[in-house]
Amino acid sequence: MTPAASQFKKNATALTADLRHRALIRTALKKYEVVRDDKVSRFQNWQSARQSAAEIKWDAVNHLDTHLVEFARNLEARGTQVHWASNAAQAREIIIGIIQERKAHSIIKSKVMTGEEIHLNDALEKAGFEVVESDLGEYIVQLRHEAPYHFVFPAMHLTRGEISDLFSKELGTAPTDSPEELTMIARRVLRDKYITADIGISGANFGIAETGMISITENEGNARLTCALPKVHIALMGIEKILPKLEDLALFLPMLATAGAGQVMTGYNTMYGGPRQPGEADGPEAFHVVLLDNNRTQLLADAEQRDALHCIRCGGCLNVCPIYKNIGGHAYGATYQGPIGAVITPHLRGLQQWKHLSFASSLCGACTQTCPVKIDLHHHLLQSRRNAIAQKPVWWEKPLFQALAFLFNHAGLFSLGMKLGRIGQVFHPLIKNTGIDPVRAWTRSRELPKVAPQTFREWWQTRK
Amino acid sequence: MVANPKMNERENILGRIREALSLPAPIPGAHHGEPSHPVSECDAAAHIPEWLPRVGVTFEEQIALFRTNATELKADFLLLDSQEELVAKLREIAAAEGWKKVATHSHELTDDACAALGLPMVRTDNGYEARDMESCDVGISACDALIAQTGSVLVTSQSAGGRALSVLPPHHVVLARREQLIADLPSAFALLKTKYASGYPSLISFITGPSRTGDIERILVLGAHGPKKLTILCV
Amino acid sequence: MKITLFIPCFIDACFPKAGASAVEILERLGHTIDYPKELTCCGQPAFNSGYWEESRTTAIKVLERLKDTEVVVIVSGSCGAMIKNFYPELFAGTEYEEAARSLSAKVYEFSDFLVTKLGVGDLGAQFPHKVTFHDGCHGLRELGIKQQPRKLLAHVRGLELVEMGEAESCCGFGGTFSAKFPMISTAMGENKYGSALETGAEYIVSNDSSCLMHIQGLLDRQGKPLRTIHLAEVLNHRQLPHS
Repeated sequence: MTPAASQFKKNATALTADLRHRALIRTALKKYEVVRDDKVSRFQNWQSARQSAAEIKWDAVNHLDTHLVEFARNLEARGTQVHWASNAAQAREIIIGIIQERKAHSIIKSKVMTGEEIHLNDALEKAGFEVVESDLGEYIVQLRHEAPYHFVFPAMHLTRGEISDLFSKELGTAPTDSPEELTMIARRVLRDKYITADIGISGANFGIAETGMISITENEGNARLTCALPKVHIALMGIEKILPKLEDLALFLPMLATAGAGQVMTGYNTMYGGPRQPGEADGPEAFHVVLLDNNRTQLLADAEQRDALHCIRCGGCLNVCPIYKNIGGHAYGATYQGPIGAVITPHLRGLQQWKHLSFASSLCGACTQTCPVKIDLHHHLLQSRRNAIAQKPVWWEKPLFQALAFLFNHAGLFSLGMKLGRIGQVFHPLIKNTGIDPVRAWTRSRELPKVAPQTFREWWQTRK
Repeated sequence: MVANPKMNERENILGRIREALSLPAPIPGAHHGEPSHPVSECDAAAHIPEWLPRVGVTFEEQIALFRTNATELKADFLLLDSQEELVAKLREIAAAEGWKKVATHSHELTDDACAALGLPMVRTDNGYEARDMESCDVGISACDALIAQTGSVLVTSQSAGGRALSVLPPHHVVLARREQLIADLPSAFALLKTKYASGYPSLISFITGPSRTGDIERILVLGAHGPKKLTILCV
Repeated sequence: MKITLFIPCFIDACFPKAGASAVEILERLGHTIDYPKELTCCGQPAFNSGYWEESRTTAIKVLERLKDTEVVVIVSGSCGAMIKNFYPELFAGTEYEEAARSLSAKVYEFSDFLVTKLGVGDLGAQFPHKVTFHDGCHGLRELGIKQQPRKLLAHVRGLELVEMGEAESCCGFGGTFSAKFPMISTAMGENKYGSALETGAEYIVSNDSSCLMHIQGLLDRQGKPLRTIHLAEVLNHRQLPHS
């Protein structure tokens, strides 16, 4: 087992035993389902909207080269500097270079999942800069030196009490059990950071090829402030975030809001098309867009699973996933959690190291059913299993399945097997749930089904 | 000659993309056996208005929908009959909230209304100090449109006094004309394309309710970083 | 109609009553049952575990034996989905692709067959108990089966169906997943039967014995007063209560 796989198993074992944690996540996500269903019902046709969204993203991803060229050309025409990074190291280097060139020190960040992917904060801190996350949830997990628990709701695993304790410890504020007061504490601390920061770093939800804009979706206004006050704005964007046309947003903005958080529209949906333009009151002097590959082209090359690049990171698949609901976001040990994470992480970080995520699924398909851009998520998990096994079969599984195939193809042997099972199960209680029980993975928590006194085929025989 | 490394990465990435795309991908919905057509022949965008939430055709229906959405978003929306009424309403809010300093920008709707308040003003038109704006009680701006379908206010860095005015002060007051009410999101993008044909502003923003967060126990709190209050006065 | 009945391996071995009930119901409706006893398994365990080659070895036998049948009925949503949806994928690009597609077109899950193909509702069953229904994921999401079993249950005399909040949530079985990640599988199962217990039902009914095997295993270990039963057995239950 790879280190990532054994860590995952360890985490899953501990977290599924934590009933308080399980209840917390389920309660939080139950609220999500209610509001999402309400907003879905307001669409005249949600299923057709999904199909249209899937088709638009299909076009974007399957003509990614031309769209990216157009996107960059349009951005550059309005004074934006576009950078291309093949991998995480290059992206970090580009961003640090921009900051150093400016002789800047303090950085305010709005939520950047690609930043988590390339471990940007660590790199910036190591380079001697001060970095502050401005999204409330991200700010909280940054204070805890933790990764986001959910890529839409980063601090979903914490109670107000835990957050109050954290703020008391880190910021010296008085304890409170009011979410509003806690939010206002963060507001006060961060206001000053927006004004004094030299650099604002953001992500991008969409890149509009036709007009050369990035689009950022947020509720708090922290990205608006991050991109308004500092002199330099750097946006880090995965190359797959492209949408061909500006009006595509008319579909994607409400769908992202609905699928992501059960909103009609997210609080602020903002398109940035350049640095401050002549005649404008404010805005950064310089705007940099860093385009990140980091193995996305690897996923693109897998035509079967290419639609995973349609993902708009709404988090909907996490919210309905029974695995996520029982183990939570930190168990995965990956930047992108839940079903979409289980699909893309093996492509981004290595199939053999991360294949366990594709096996850690009951293949229930709730993710595929909910995905607003119709990514065939649970079937991709099956394909990843097939690919991983074709590359490297498990030494004992291969002969086992070969033997089973032989058994299944010889009904006489199968009947004999059932008869032996009937004898075996008389003695099985002697070893049940012990170290030598061959089916202990089952019997540790469950009783074993019994071979019936009369199997179906035996019953059928008696009728003749 | 030394190759420009930046240029190389661009070509490397585009090269990898082109190579990857040499294999065609199954089209959306194919695995469900749904009737499908080649995506190149589809015009998904043309149908968007038919899928989105329904909007009535008359002004009355649209204003009622905007009002319902605004209420749900915890924004204040008032439809007023005249410029005088608008000025009076603004003065009433200023008195009730005890405004001492106002941030705004020059616009036919904001000029008279703000002057009538008789309060110190920060105008963004010729630049401003961020701390100065931060100390204002309210940001008063015009907008490009009100969108009935979603209860959103459409602003740009050109129409609404720059980037910070609508998010830095704790209260954002939007002044709009009833002709600015439009039906849905597709109309909003059509409007942007026509209005800014000669060049888009560097920022376009759909503001939907006051700033909000649910990051603590998924409980709604207003005023996370941007304004705690959003008031839309439509005349 | 001559109906070929595919009996999945675990129903054959552990839950023969589900299969026998299906036979009796279909025969009462006047149909002839063909049971291909040389078939034992659809190949799903290997398929789900990534061993597609081994899965094909088993599935080819199924394809060949069922080639000339009129219609195939499976008393399991999961094995039904395997043959109907996944065989075409498993055999894509092979010489068996066409055979997989034509078999796919004539395969039905049991409750779907009764309601959609035969158009029956009332089977004359009597089951005087409060029950709740578990939608197996493969039946629900791969095959779109939701109303069919409920239509059939609505006609069962004495039966009261109380829907549970988590009817559509996965029970956590997931084939080899239940053994590879037993802790997650168990947690999911606990959520499932917890929701069923809240309804006050005496039975969890489902059209998938594999889910029920997992849920029953948990219930037995934890000593919960709740039983599981296959839909076919409920629909074949005809005795009057004794008192």
